[in-house]
Amino acid sequence: MIRVAVVGAAGFIGGELLRLLVGHPEVEVTAAVSSRFAGKRVDGVHPNLRSATDLTFCPADDVDEYDTVFLATPHGAAMAQIERWTGHSKQVIDLTGDFRLEDTEVFQRYYRSSHVAPHLLGEFVPGIPELHRERLRGADLVSVPGCMAVAGTLSLHPIRDLIGPEAHLDARTGSSGSGATAGEDNLHAFRSGAMRVFAPTGHRHEAEIARHVGVRVTMTATGVEAVRGVQTVCHVTPKPGVDEKAVRRAFRERYRDEPFVRLVAQHRGRYRYPEPKILSGSNFCDVGFAFDEDTGRLTTIAALDNLMKGGAGNAVQCLNIRMGWPENLGLSFPGLHPV
Amino acid sequence: MSDCPQCTDEVSISDSARLNEIVECAGCRNELEIVALSPTVLALAPEIEEDWGE
Repeated sequence: MIRVAVVGAAGFIGGELLRLLVGHPEVEVTAAVSSRFAGKRVDGVHPNLRSATDLTFCPADDVDEYDTVFLATPHGAAMAQIERWTGHSKQVIDLTGDFRLEDTEVFQRYYRSSHVAPHLLGEFVPGIPELHRERLRGADLVSVPGCMAVAGTLSLHPIRDLIGPEAHLDARTGSSGSGATAGEDNLHAFRSGAMRVFAPTGHRHEAEIARHVGVRVTMTATGVEAVRGVQTVCHVTPKPGVDEKAVRRAFRERYRDEPFVRLVAQHRGRYRYPEPKILSGSNFCDVGFAFDEDTGRLTTIAALDNLMKGGAGNAVQCLNIRMGWPENLGLSFPGLHPV
Repeated sequence: MSDCPQCTDEVSISDSARLNEIVECAGCRNELEIVALSPTVLALAPEIEEDWGE
């Protein structure tokens, strides 16, 4: 058993991490850190964990020594406190945006603030097992990408040699992506029924996808009615000579042995393309595509649960890889249907 | 095994398969018709035919 701590444990990602880790056969959760709820029972904030754990939240000052610390704090807090956590833990898995980009100028442009630990930016291995599995086997510092960035990256990376240099990504996300402390704009009265284009241009995940895929990315992000779920629809131009079979072959060969990525591009059936609704609670990312040979246009689609493959599930997958455990340990839930 | 003519996925064909039998491709979920045996050749099954299913 390894000893782990979750920092920012009262948030949505923190709660999802606790849900996965308290049921993980190789992990003992010894600290759930929350300054806001210090002294309160974890299952008071995360009622789905009733009878699963008797943990109470503790303040950051009470930290001990750990094998792994998961950082699920608001953006900015991880880089400000990174020395504390690396000093108390053999491995740090960061789920914030603080270490997702390598370039300080790009970071400043997208996050509108200076990085306070720029010397560590290049030290974090991106938490995308499908792209960095070998590096993750020895990684003591891991940065888990944003939810829409994971979906966009996985829907483009296999075909990056088959497409032109630009991609436009249209992303839809559920309300849990706004976090447990989302502001007034996320009141039910305002959000319910809305399809809010909250980032018509310049979303932060553009830079992450561009970094991983190697194409120029523009992105539009819309908040939709769902609580969980991300769906990305990406428009690209295939290179001359590329046809549907070549695209399908690229996806199939790239993801054939991946435990959590499935190719869903069917000509028949009720869910012919990736649909986040049936992925709630699961660690799968479904990717698919449609090829219009008349117009020469290629559309890729990806779906995932933003709190799972888009966050906590991906982080636990990275932990499993680092520890040499089966990659799907604690992550085998297939999702619900109907839901 | 035989390749799907639509998506090139491998389609499993049983030893007892018969001519004109319909199988489903696991990759693209198209219905495929066995139009030849030994070797097996698959073609996209027509979606609508006058006596379909009769």
